[in-house]
Amino acid sequence: MSWMNHDKLEKNSLLLLGFIIVVVLIGGIIEIIPLFRQETVIEPVQGVRPYTPLELAGYNIYIREGCYNCHSQQIRPLRDEVVRYGHYSLAAESMYDHPFQWGSKRTGPDLARVGGKYSDEWHVAHMIEPRDLVPESIMPSYSFLMHKGAKLHDLPEHLKALRAVGVPYTDDMIKMAAKDAAVQATGEARTDTGGLIERYGDKVIARDFDGQPGIVSEMDALIAYLQVLGTMVDFEAAKDVDEGVL
Amino acid sequence: MRLWGDKLAMFTFWGYQAFIVMAALGYVTGVTQSKEYAEPEWYADIWLTIVWVSYLLVYLMTCIKRKEPHLYVANWFYLAFIITVAVLHLGNNVSIPVEFMGTKSYSAWAGVQSAMIQWWYGHNAVGFFLTAGFLGMMYYFIPKQAERPVYSYRLSIVHFWSLIFIYIWAGPHHLHYTALPDWAQTLGMTFSIMLWMPSWGGMINGVMTLSGAWHKLREDPIIQFMIIALAFYGMSTFEGPLMSIRAVNSLSHYTDWTIGHVHSGALGWVGFISFGALYYMVPRLWGRDRLYSTKLVSLHLWIATIGIVFYIAAMWIAGVMQGLMWRTYDDMGFLSYSFVETVMAMKPFYAIRAMGGILYLTGALIMVYNFWRTIRGDVSAKEQRTQLQGATA
Repeated sequence: MSWMNHDKLEKNSLLLLGFIIVVVLIGGIIEIIPLFRQETVIEPVQGVRPYTPLELAGYNIYIREGCYNCHSQQIRPLRDEVVRYGHYSLAAESMYDHPFQWGSKRTGPDLARVGGKYSDEWHVAHMIEPRDLVPESIMPSYSFLMHKGAKLHDLPEHLKALRAVGVPYTDDMIKMAAKDAAVQATGEARTDTGGLIERYGDKVIARDFDGQPGIVSEMDALIAYLQVLGTMVDFEAAKDVDEGVL
Repeated sequence: MRLWGDKLAMFTFWGYQAFIVMAALGYVTGVTQSKEYAEPEWYADIWLTIVWVSYLLVYLMTCIKRKEPHLYVANWFYLAFIITVAVLHLGNNVSIPVEFMGTKSYSAWAGVQSAMIQWWYGHNAVGFFLTAGFLGMMYYFIPKQAERPVYSYRLSIVHFWSLIFIYIWAGPHHLHYTALPDWAQTLGMTFSIMLWMPSWGGMINGVMTLSGAWHKLREDPIIQFMIIALAFYGMSTFEGPLMSIRAVNSLSHYTDWTIGHVHSGALGWVGFISFGALYYMVPRLWGRDRLYSTKLVSLHLWIATIGIVFYIAAMWIAGVMQGLMWRTYDDMGFLSYSFVETVMAMKPFYAIRAMGGILYLTGALIMVYNFWRTIRGDVSAKEQRTQLQGATA
């Protein structure tokens, strides 16, 4: 029994295996390889920078707690989403996320532009007991983040690993990582933030996010991360580019 | 014929169980790469790679030392499943650990590239693990249970090659309207729609295997399990291409519609074809003439089917409703609903979903009871009567 000489494959396991590998590789190669030509994929916008060490610690807490299971970070260019959440997401905005946090389900709202939308105090109260602010909320409480110190001492190792996969952290940033995190969570009222700003730019928010002076808690780190989400791109400067794209 | 490499087969089995334990511990302790279906961290990924290579080796060597001249279609699907999952696993999990003694790693891929690679992986975890692997089971167990040859050899060939070629392209439909370039989204959508044809080709090949033995569909609940599995397969592989159309996806994405779609595939297709295969295997593995009770198989079938219908219907309504609420405007042009109002609206449907899940689980427990009695060598009174009737007839 044969059709179109298919019996040749049916009688030779290795030949069949070889054919399968070739057939399943084609689609992936065509869809994935061209995406590594960054200039055709990432918009030329100003302002996107790598996370500060404290924000990076927050990004890792966000992942550890599984926030991405219920919250997306990708606003689609649809009228209702732009009205509800703000400007649609750009590829440039997640270019330093290893990996992306776009999500696939909105059990809770999108967080791509949550930065600056609420005060630190709101976030602290909401994380301690979501129902105090939104009575119908089904989000779990994350009050333990208040009492848990953020792990700062190994941040240089984290920055080093990220540099190895392409994030442009400098030697200086790596060396000062732990101190920069502590400084950012303390704020300019109590400490000198000059070095932090020199390394990460003057838009960096440095303040006591959790309202507990004297401790750099995981709450500090997570709120620092949430407050920077979607705020990096300078949309005024990007207007010309934007119109060209649209 | 015996499997090649008894010890390696043992290692594959226990090694995979160990991986499951690692993965589960990761879930509860927050050790995750944050990639769907690829949450386990780098150390578990390396372990799985070793186990998977041993799996491929056992399978391939068994194929090579076979006595049959031809490899049957079920084996083509299994080979494609094993090798493609290996390729996907390696491609998606390239990462660099922060410390050798720590659990945390960073993916080599970032942003839009990591999204594309993740969904190339994620969609084909469905396509090759939950589809190709289980199609292999379907191609073996339906002809066995029906005692009929597979419907069409040519259709098997067309089904196999077109399915594995087209599936790989479909990943970008998970990223419609995102920052992924439009050309990639369009390719993903186009191939997803094309995928409808090979999927239904496979379904037809399975169902038509009953040609000349249609009465078994009336009498044999194991055949019923397998055919309802194919019906769910046909339904979810019609729904999938529909949801991959960008305009439909703009409504369904981020909602429970997707969850319902996945569960009609996972509970209906993957679950039911597995139940059918287990009901076929258990009496044979323990050397029993028959199952303890065919009646309980029927009970399992209907409880589970009703459970799935509750589950997916609740998710359809919840998903479509929430999607529509998000985009509803009032007369003034403002959004009508706050986010939390759309969450509150889900409540009754989540209750129905839980009830559907409980029914499905109840069915599985009935199966476990049936197996326990079968393994003990019991045969129910009713089963003994039908056996006697069969003997006298």
